[in-house]
Amino acid sequence: MTPAALPAEPAQLLEMYRSMVQIRTFEDTVQKLYEKALVHGSTHLCQGQEAVAVGWAAALTPDDYTSYTYRGHGHALARGMSPEAAFAEILGRSTGVNRGKGGSMHLTDARLGLMGCFAIVGSGLPVAVGLGRGAQLRRETRVSVTFFGDGASNIGAFHESLNLAAIWKAPVIFVCENNLYGEYSRINLTTTVDDIAVRATAYAMPSQIVDGNDVQAVYQAAQTVVERARTGGGPTLVECKTYRQRGHSRSDAGAYRPPEEVTSWLARDPLIITRRQLLDSGSVTSADIAAVDDSVATAIANAAAAAEQAPWPDLAEITRDVHA
Amino acid sequence: MPDATVTYREALNHALADALAEDPAVVLLGEDIAAAGGSFKVTDGLLARFGPDRVMDTPISETGFLGAAVGLALIGFRPVVEIMFAEFAGVAFDQIVTTAAKHRYLSAGQMHVPMVVRVVGGSGLGFGAQHSQTTESWYTATPGLKVVTAASPQDAYHLLRSAIADPDPVVFIEHKRLYVRRGPFQPTAAPVPIGRAAVVRSGADLTIVASLAMVAESLAAAESLAAAGIDVEVIDIRTLVPMDVDTVVASVSRTARLLVVEEQPLSGGWSGHLVAEVVSRAFESLELPPARMGVVEAPIPFSHALEAKAVPSAETIAARATTLLGR
Repeated sequence: MTPAALPAEPAQLLEMYRSMVQIRTFEDTVQKLYEKALVHGSTHLCQGQEAVAVGWAAALTPDDYTSYTYRGHGHALARGMSPEAAFAEILGRSTGVNRGKGGSMHLTDARLGLMGCFAIVGSGLPVAVGLGRGAQLRRETRVSVTFFGDGASNIGAFHESLNLAAIWKAPVIFVCENNLYGEYSRINLTTTVDDIAVRATAYAMPSQIVDGNDVQAVYQAAQTVVERARTGGGPTLVECKTYRQRGHSRSDAGAYRPPEEVTSWLARDPLIITRRQLLDSGSVTSADIAAVDDSVATAIANAAAAAEQAPWPDLAEITRDVHA
Repeated sequence: MPDATVTYREALNHALADALAEDPAVVLLGEDIAAAGGSFKVTDGLLARFGPDRVMDTPISETGFLGAAVGLALIGFRPVVEIMFAEFAGVAFDQIVTTAAKHRYLSAGQMHVPMVVRVVGGSGLGFGAQHSQTTESWYTATPGLKVVTAASPQDAYHLLRSAIADPDPVVFIEHKRLYVRRGPFQPTAAPVPIGRAAVVRSGADLTIVASLAMVAESLAAAESLAAAGIDVEVIDIRTLVPMDVDTVVASVSRTARLLVVEEQPLSGGWSGHLVAEVVSRAFESLELPPARMGVVEAPIPFSHALEAKAVPSAETIAARATTLLGR
């Protein structure tokens, strides 16, 4: 029997809140850096989706593998990437986590289990199956969690990956962050089902739908699903319903979204929900929350400033790491 | 002890078996490779010997299993994937050229992808336009990949072993028409490193460079040309990326004449790259403009009457050489 998943205690929830605020502040800062013309290329921000990254990260151990997408800053930070190394990567500096060779769409750090950040829609899913299969072949208890958007559920790689993971009963967890938009197109224009989760039935795979803006709900679901994967129960598809508060990428204001839709989702901002949960617990005060907000704001500002001062990569990096 | 002789298929099977036996990180994935022993029987018997955790049948799902191989490689496995027909890789190109080829670079060397993609290519068996190409050009323009071909059983064994031992993704192109070819086999011979061409016949009048099935055609052409008094050197280029131009330049410095033969359309083919390199490095050695032969600029036709005529053969290579030398 899988033990019942428990909600986070107030102290842990406050840490999860800190992690979410860190992601939000980081992303807001990336936007400002972009507006100052300091970011070469594109950025895909995840404001509004922080509870998914943080709720899952809280349910994982350092040995577990995660893979994610070009909208992946939150997942990297949630599992412990230093904001300074992430900023430096986004700014293309030598102190970046990938020495400036990956950029915004490729924040990876194998030491943190961050095995791949994929810029091609759906591309990370089969790789995640291999990571889980490897753990299974080695009789390890690690799990492989892969994050992707609703748009990816229409590409072949999604279906092939679910099928392969299901056949192998591999410890792979497919987490769809359904933020309602695949780039600029609303999901109802591209997808005939309202719930991506139903697609698991085609592969005889369990699935679950979770409120992706409620970090407690994500954390509780994640614990159950991770435990199932760790104990040989095979893969699961989890759909986290959430919302991309900004546009698709740096220059997209998202004007194609109905204003009432934006308004209703902003009212369900994951930070608002978590603050309410903290206050309702009775053991966290507004002052405690404000202290977290302030300390994160300072740390992120310092990290961005340090990254802005970091040196450019050595020109030898152009041809380094093509082959061994 | 005289050399044993084996078929090209048997040599590949030996290479896979020896790699599986020596290194527990080696795993095989592909369609019908386990229970059925492979569509071309290259993996015959390996399931029984190594079990289903090492030799894995997959669904018909190239994106799925190529991507899974990348994931396995990232955590220290050495997956060897069979692509039953070269064209099947087309549905999964993303995983080869965009994921496997770039992960070392994008992670600044934190991770690497020691995987081999065995691609079964080549014409001559009447499989038609969607099952008969050799497809080297699909890969040679992608930094991060190595591209290796084998023309003999001996090279098939040793180059596949080298490919499996390589720390980076290698596309290993086999030729289905060669599977039944028999040749000498010394598994204990010195390893054949990736990136070295081989002079397979020495000669003084003309250098012919070829790969895969075109090596045997070129050797047969050389025999008939010898009867006409033309002494041909034949080089098997073997590795297309990285390409051993030095060996070709050294040969041309002696023969002063170059003909390159590949089983692909010449547009975008590796022979163009090789000729450009030789011309820029050894222009003064050349007495004649280098020549190239390839597949006609058309899909490979099905009919037996057409297929053989679309691809260079010993006869057409000999004829071209004769014309080239003005004999």
